[in-house]
Amino acid sequence: MAQKLMMIALSPTMTEGTIATWKKNEGEAFVAGDLLCEVETDKASMDYEAPTSAVLLKILVPAGGKASVGETIAVIGKAGEASVSLNEPVPQPSREAETPAVEKESPIVAASSETDGSPIAPPPHGAPLAPVSALPSSPLARKIARELGVDIRMVRGSGPEGRVVEKDVKAFSEKSSAGAFSSAVAAPGEASSPPGEGKVLARPPSKETPVSGKRAVIAKRLSDSFFSAPHYYLKKQILAENLAEARAAVNAKRESSISINSIIVKLAATALLRHPEMNVFWKGDRIEQREVIDIGLAVALPDGLITPIVRDCAAKGILQIDAEFSALIEKAKGKGLSPGEYEGAGFTVTNLGSFGIDEFTAIINPPGSAILAVGAIIKKPVIGPDDTILAARTMTLTLGCDHRTIDGAVGARFMADLASMLEDPFQALL
Amino acid sequence: MAELTYREALNRALDEEMARDPKVFLMGEEVGEYDGAYKVSKGLLAKYGPERVRDTPISELGFTGLGVGAAIAGLRPVVEWMTHNFALLALDQVVNNAAKMRQMSGGQLSVPIVFRGPNGPAEYLAAQHSQDLAAYWAHVPGLKVLAPATPSDAYGLLKSAIRDDNPVVILESEIMYSWKGEVPDKEFLVPIGEAQVAREGTDLTIITYSKPLKMVLEAADRLALKGVKAEVVDLRSLRPLDEERLYASVRKTGRCIVVEEAWPVASVGSHIAWLVSKNCFDILDAQVELVSGEDVPMPYSHSLELAAQPSLEKIIGAVRRVLYREDL
Repeated sequence: MAQKLMMIALSPTMTEGTIATWKKNEGEAFVAGDLLCEVETDKASMDYEAPTSAVLLKILVPAGGKASVGETIAVIGKAGEASVSLNEPVPQPSREAETPAVEKESPIVAASSETDGSPIAPPPHGAPLAPVSALPSSPLARKIARELGVDIRMVRGSGPEGRVVEKDVKAFSEKSSAGAFSSAVAAPGEASSPPGEGKVLARPPSKETPVSGKRAVIAKRLSDSFFSAPHYYLKKQILAENLAEARAAVNAKRESSISINSIIVKLAATALLRHPEMNVFWKGDRIEQREVIDIGLAVALPDGLITPIVRDCAAKGILQIDAEFSALIEKAKGKGLSPGEYEGAGFTVTNLGSFGIDEFTAIINPPGSAILAVGAIIKKPVIGPDDTILAARTMTLTLGCDHRTIDGAVGARFMADLASMLEDPFQALL
Repeated sequence: MAELTYREALNRALDEEMARDPKVFLMGEEVGEYDGAYKVSKGLLAKYGPERVRDTPISELGFTGLGVGAAIAGLRPVVEWMTHNFALLALDQVVNNAAKMRQMSGGQLSVPIVFRGPNGPAEYLAAQHSQDLAAYWAHVPGLKVLAPATPSDAYGLLKSAIRDDNPVVILESEIMYSWKGEVPDKEFLVPIGEAQVAREGTDLTIITYSKPLKMVLEAADRLALKGVKAEVVDLRSLRPLDEERLYASVRKTGRCIVVEEAWPVASVGSHIAWLVSKNCFDILDAQVELVSGEDVPMPYSHSLELAAQPSLEKIIGAVRRVLYREDL
């Protein structure tokens, strides 16, 4: 029997994907595990592997086309089989939550290629954050949530012990799409002028750009973080003379220079090793403290921010950290990062020094609890040993912490240690 | 179409098959002179004579083994066990000989034999005579195991069993023998290995076999009054099992309850619950529920005897749990 092939969530935050290229042609046979198409998701380009062995009967969403998770992108079946009965127009993104009868009979859903199971999006408004596996939910509810692009952790369960069941997901989905509609209706500039007000002066139209998948994810994650994690900031200006000199000395002997960020990441990892209470994750009813230190580095790309991660930084040297970040950034520019390469950082470093920014505050990158914002290395008058004023290179660090997990004194002790290492990198060896 | 009792339907099947094939013969305790402990073989001794309707001593292991030998030698015996409780004595002949000869001889031998008799709880019979032993047989590769729940299926499945070249165990029921149902006048067979949708529905699937079918259909009627459409699937054949029919139904409803009279540990029902959980995992909106006999030897006290068996209330309770509805 011909079956629908649906767009699936290839990353936990993906709600929509763009078919980059089809790797199989209509009429071509494939076996389970074959690459069917490449899909551009919110953050990366992912491989869509065949969930079963069959023949690609009809492509419904051609290369370049978009489809929401759960929408049909192709029809598969046996060779020569008519795909006519299933060959309907591609449903629009705002389609009803109801799934077509055919889909119910034998849906094909491939497992998404998840690597890191840690949760990405914090929950809304104080609901406890729990990993997906710990949430009671029925398999059907999870499947429907996946198809509708609903984050099941947002759904309140009505079953025993809060189990999320089919009807909860459907109700949630209907409610959220209704919300989307009502805000769309209230678009500005459509209200008719009250009588007697005369003509409204024509103004040049403003440019509107649809929110890209990636931009939507950035918006959601950072809003969730900022509105649920109580942030506070610790600022410290350090003397950057030793750091700058050490770096210059090392780079002088190398063909390619080491990024200042890689040195900061390594020193931060060393400080985290000494203050493991900083490497923590808020889980609603408990706090997870990780031994492994995974540090993300915020990287600006033309289409938005991404934070590639180097895992286990404590066990790696600066050269290796630098090499890994360079490789990840190159890969990110090609839109090639897989979720495992950008999700689940315990600590994040962000540096706007190259733009000449003195200092700034950053929003914590979930699921971690702290972020270090690094300003430019700037020459400033500083008070010397004998109360003399001298010109020295300085750098201002601002540590953002989640007060749910990290109290001020804990953050301050970490910051003091980190500052002393940055001022005198030799401290890191002690 | 005639309305027959379950015992009359079995009798008609035996009569027709004995008339059709002279190799078919019946043996067991009281099947001849007494016309059968439950009158299933009524009139057959008079019609076919003592050569083909043999009364046996009270020795289940002995006459079951005799039957297996006769089948290997080319006859098509139907061995009646007065009840499956007594067939426990014959387990070795069924499990180690009947079920295995074909495989162990590389197909040189076949054992076309039918073992049949009442199984499951009846009433006022206490622990040793009131138990569902379906799992004992269904556990064994090499056997086919049938559990007809209606006179029509009893007739059609017994005929198929007699014609089958493999050993077949049929689970009947003392209580069901007097139940009536329509059986077409024209001869027919019910194929082995096909479950039947006894009632169509869309809200949940209730899988059952043998005597509880009637209670499950009553439960479905009661649920219909509350607007719940239960689909009832009657297994009919426990081995081979019509898995696809079960999954097709559960795929439609997303919820499944299994009802049986046996003890719940390592039972046919618990096996089916596992199969459904595994093969329909993605579309289940609730755990698969099992309504079984209680995990105790059957009590003699009548109120406890009833409490130890599946009931309408227990079935409705399971429906409440899989539909997440307290109002049923």
